Amino acid sequence: MSRLLVCPPDFFGIEYEINPWMRLSNRVDRQQAVRQWHELMRVFEQDLHVALERMTPVPGLPDLVFTANAGVVVGQTVVVSRFRYPERQREEVHFEAWFRARGYDVMLLQEGLYFEGAGDLLGFPDYWFGGYRQRSDIRVFPILSERFHREIIPLELVDDRFYHLDTCFCPLSGGELLYFPAAFDAYGQAAITERVPGELCFAAPEAEALNFACNAVCIGKHVVLPVGSPGTQTWLHDRGYTTHAVHLDEFMKSGGSAKCLTLALD
Amino acid sequence: MNHHQECVALQGHIIDSLLLPKVLDLILMMGGSFDLEDVHIGKTREEPSRARIVIRATSKALLDDILKAIQPHGASIEREADCRTGRAPADGVLPDDFYATTHLPTQIRLNEQWIDVDGIEMDLAVRVDARHSTARAIPMGEVREGDHIVIGRDGVRVVPLQRPQERDVFGFMESQVSAERPHGHVIADIATRMRHLREQQRQGRPQSKVLLAGGPAIIHAGGREALMWLIEQSFIHVLFCGNALAAHDMEADLYGTSLGYGLSAGRAVPHGHEHHLRTINRIRAIGSIEAAVTSGMIKHGIMAACVRQGVPVVMAGTIRDDGPLPGVITDSVLAQQAMRAQIPGVGLALLVASTLHAVATGNLLPAIVPTVCVDVNPSVPTKLADRGSFQAVGLVMDAASFLTEVARALGRAT
Repeated sequence: MSRLLVCPPDFFGIEYEINPWMRLSNRVDRQQAVRQWHELMRVFEQDLHVALERMTPVPGLPDLVFTANAGVVVGQTVVVSRFRYPERQREEVHFEAWFRARGYDVMLLQEGLYFEGAGDLLGFPDYWFGGYRQRSDIRVFPILSERFHREIIPLELVDDRFYHLDTCFCPLSGGELLYFPAAFDAYGQAAITERVPGELCFAAPEAEALNFACNAVCIGKHVVLPVGSPGTQTWLHDRGYTTHAVHLDEFMKSGGSAKCLTLALD
Repeated sequence: MNHHQECVALQGHIIDSLLLPKVLDLILMMGGSFDLEDVHIGKTREEPSRARIVIRATSKALLDDILKAIQPHGASIEREADCRTGRAPADGVLPDDFYATTHLPTQIRLNEQWIDVDGIEMDLAVRVDARHSTARAIPMGEVREGDHIVIGRDGVRVVPLQRPQERDVFGFMESQVSAERPHGHVIADIATRMRHLREQQRQGRPQSKVLLAGGPAIIHAGGREALMWLIEQSFIHVLFCGNALAAHDMEADLYGTSLGYGLSAGRAVPHGHEHHLRTINRIRAIGSIEAAVTSGMIKHGIMAACVRQGVPVVMAGTIRDDGPLPGVITDSVLAQQAMRAQIPGVGLALLVASTLHAVATGNLLPAIVPTVCVDVNPSVPTKLADRGSFQAVGLVMDAASFLTEVARALGRAT
């Protein structure tokens, strides 16, 4: 059974602007956000039988809800994130404390070496992809590659609306890839298609990519994604996946969706 | 040196991610150039690859822009250290572990800045003047107690030669010695260079002097008239030779012989072996070659042409010399110094028919000076190359034929 780390949105809101989606003037409907989050949790727990680990929300840390950026978990080891922006750096100690309390081996990167967790490190069992330039520093990937004995192919994120790799890139359990090519430069696109055969790739239409169709959570043959991505859902159905579309537009105001709200623990 | 360079390292999964070509493309697109060094490609998917890239740019600002652009892609500037120096323990003695130069353009890093080493030639040491941020290559004999001398290899870099823009025989910058190769195109290229350099010299341009270092075979073989013509026509601007070339040149003028052989008769003349001694004696009596020419005693020949054209002549003596002639420098260290003093400004060196002078001059020449070594014996250009003057083009041919052909190519009537 899959396990995900999540954090209730008790203190979620827009208190600063650190990506193009965030506008202080664009107020979050807290109650609506809470309803949407609980619906997402219901899908995971009841429809997909996923075990959820709930962190305790912390006042003043509105983005703690985006647990994908806590770090990256490999077996019993966690690499805790080093956030680029001071606004989110305050989350680091809470994530670290949570993992330490549960007996994880905590790996900390040197200060100033930015790495935003599973938001920027995704992949298939044998090899991973690392998003860099917007948030994470490319220099972190050789370190993680050596530590975990995995090939990590760095991909430059060239469109600041897709500031984490998981906003535009979603490897699926069957070896398929859901992604938005224009978020990468020609080198990145070539590197991706060199690895993932064309018939396994689905290039999300721009409108759906901007709806964060790629910010999806794949559990077995189930894919949880935000509503409003019919083309993506059709392709997923054709590939034999069951889709679960959830309203998450309150979180989109902060530039996050289904994937950003979860962290795979095993 | 008009270019700036920095070495960066790139590591990780840089091949399949196309990161390496991306960084290299960036460098080129921004107007820089690069050399790839130490590329190691991981043998398995997990094993990382790494590359060292030397980036060159025509200005410091461009280099900085390039570095700034590639750093986000993981290119890290290799930490560079200043050069280390040690004090010379005594006059004429270098500190242990002194850096021995090559004849390639060289820079040292001083106070975090790369500076050129002046007066570069092979097999010297580098003396640093930290106060003025200058560095100079100096021979062992000239070092003074307490001088700051570069030791070790840290903070020293040698810049490979850039391929010259001219597409001539010198463009290859490598010694290829063969008696079986045609000479015509090599001589034509040399003549083209000499014509161009004479024009440059007349305009007072730097690096436009033509140096000829020659042996007495030039006289014996019949190259005297051609060389004289080249000097008179201002194609040669510095002459290095020994006692013999000068003595036989003037012997020819005074007696019509070269080492006793009649140059026109082609046979030994009675008592001809005395002629070069009598020549040397007469020059010693009048005091100098210059006095012999200006007084009218010596009317014609290579020495006369040099005096009249104001071409500096450095004559270096050897232990087999007769006389020697006035002006021959018999202290070989002083001779080396006098030759070294004539090297700045040389843009072409012709080393003709002399093993001794060819190797001695080759030792003094920076690698950037196009050099031709002409000898009937293939071992001479080979020896020159083996001793490090890899830039020299070797021509296996007789000195007289070479000089006559060059002069003809430059317009001398035959």
